[in-house]
Amino acid sequence: MSALSLAVRDSSTMLRRNLLHARRYPSLTLNLLLTPVMMLLLFVYIFGDVMSAGIGGGNADRSAYIAYIVPGILMMTIGSTVIGSAISVSADMAEGLVARFRTMAIHRSSLIIGHVVGSVLQVLAALLLVGAVGVAIGFRSVDATVLEWLAAFGLVALFALALTWIAVGMGMASPNAEAASNMAMPLILLPLISSAFIPAETMPGWFQPIAEYQPFTPAIETLRGLLLGTEIGHNGWMAVAWSVGLSVLGYRWSMAQFNKDPR
Amino acid sequence: MPPRVMSTFKSRSAPASPRPSSDAIFATGLRKSYGDKTVLDGIGLSIPAGSVFALLGPNGAGKTTAVKILSTLITADGGQAQVAGHDIAAEPQKVRAAIGVTGQFSAVDGLITGEENMLLMAGLHHLSKREGRRIAAELLQRFDLVEAAKKPASTYSGGMKRRLDIATTLIGNPSIIFLDEPTTGLDPRSRHNMWGIIRELVSGGVTVFLTTQYLDEADELADRIAVLSNGKIAAEGSAEELKRLVPGGHVRLRFTDPAAYRSAAAALREVARNDEALTLHIPSDGSQRELRSLLDQLASTGIEADELTVHTPDLDDVFFALTGDVAHPAQTEENVR
Repeated sequence: MSALSLAVRDSSTMLRRNLLHARRYPSLTLNLLLTPVMMLLLFVYIFGDVMSAGIGGGNADRSAYIAYIVPGILMMTIGSTVIGSAISVSADMAEGLVARFRTMAIHRSSLIIGHVVGSVLQVLAALLLVGAVGVAIGFRSVDATVLEWLAAFGLVALFALALTWIAVGMGMASPNAEAASNMAMPLILLPLISSAFIPAETMPGWFQPIAEYQPFTPAIETLRGLLLGTEIGHNGWMAVAWSVGLSVLGYRWSMAQFNKDPR
Repeated sequence: MPPRVMSTFKSRSAPASPRPSSDAIFATGLRKSYGDKTVLDGIGLSIPAGSVFALLGPNGAGKTTAVKILSTLITADGGQAQVAGHDIAAEPQKVRAAIGVTGQFSAVDGLITGEENMLLMAGLHHLSKREGRRIAAELLQRFDLVEAAKKPASTYSGGMKRRLDIATTLIGNPSIIFLDEPTTGLDPRSRHNMWGIIRELVSGGVTVFLTTQYLDEADELADRIAVLSNGKIAAEGSAEELKRLVPGGHVRLRFTDPAAYRSAAAALREVARNDEALTLHIPSDGSQRELRSLLDQLASTGIEADELTVHTPDLDDVFFALTGDVAHPAQTEENVR
């Protein structure tokens, strides 16, 4: 068997294992989905009047705020779902099972590739669920072309890949599931200080650069632009640059840890 | 008492061509340290194919480290080894294709069922779906796991987990199996079951490398035993050879009457006394002839011991002698001599 076909075959075996876990124990993923959905409902229905007034220029129409917040919530969903990957990777690494895999004649990285692909697929499923909630409360894309929909799909997939690699690295660096879950907290906290809920320019001046240039804001602004026709500007290439950069960083970090001799 | 180290492997420690054809596992000068702590201090092994080899040692002696190195899980700091004819450093994938490893900690996926664990391993061994199902069913049957096959492995008892662990190891049909403390933590019944499983493996022609801290286990299963102490192999040989390393057996006489004890001690030659316990140790190989002459001596002086026990050296004696455990009661008793 060639190196590539070995990699594909073993990685898909590992992927099947991950999907089996996800299917057998959906509660972990569903729990992680609670946060973005609660945030969505909280900001729209509880804080909605003030938020809508702030966004809509004094006009308390919720539909404008729903349109504003849903792309942010979708990106937050990605950050939230990949925490599950950090947890399952750290759980795997703490088990004797990984030692078994390492002493088998399989493609060495297949375990990680299986985790990464499984995580991206799970994120996409999560986005469908959360997106459906968004649509149910009134979110509609305005005049997005097929090309823009495809670009939006590509963007969320790429961003999901980037955050997954970071989460896998965090999982490897954590001795147990609790530590992994703590370490991955920034992935769900960062959206709170992005333009997900309020525009970055309404934040204090000293804080604006942090909000504007952290990974979530460009990704959220680009998704807004694609689905709602707002200005994308430099956010497009920044979102791609962040995604590629985080993917490479997360990949190298994960592999360096995985290839170290276990004790 | 420093034991004489048997040097069966020493003569082969620097062969011109390090590729002994008949050895399933061959190693020389393996070293590993973590920081300042030297875990393996140059060990050599030569294990013929189809035999059972036991690496015996107390906790922390380096047994698991040796298994990890030979099974390519970690790399050695020095020395070299061939497993199944392949160098562990140069051709780890070829080594991996020939071995099966059951580590000290359960290597089953607790979240999925026993059957799914088997099929996962079948997939990783690149068996066809049909072949995988067939072998999985066969092994589940053989290891008495059919009833539990559809239950998550996390619900299994310790013994069942070990059985599943070994069953998944066998899917790849390995020619060499590493078992790191296969019976630690098992109840006596599961332990005996495991022994049966290991014997069965050997009868199928598999080479078994097992580590254990139980002497009876090594005695029971292994063709050859190496005693690992402080990162070095303190002795190596068959159970019989190792037993010959320590001073021979003895007959122990116990008295309740101090007067009888004293007169017996005076009457018998070559006797080790324990004045507090009122026991006497008389060196003896336990043969009928020696016992009769001892009994004759006692009878002729009219002394009657309250209890007579024959003690033949077992691996415990060897183990404690070699690993220098002074807390062992038999050892302190001997020192009274």
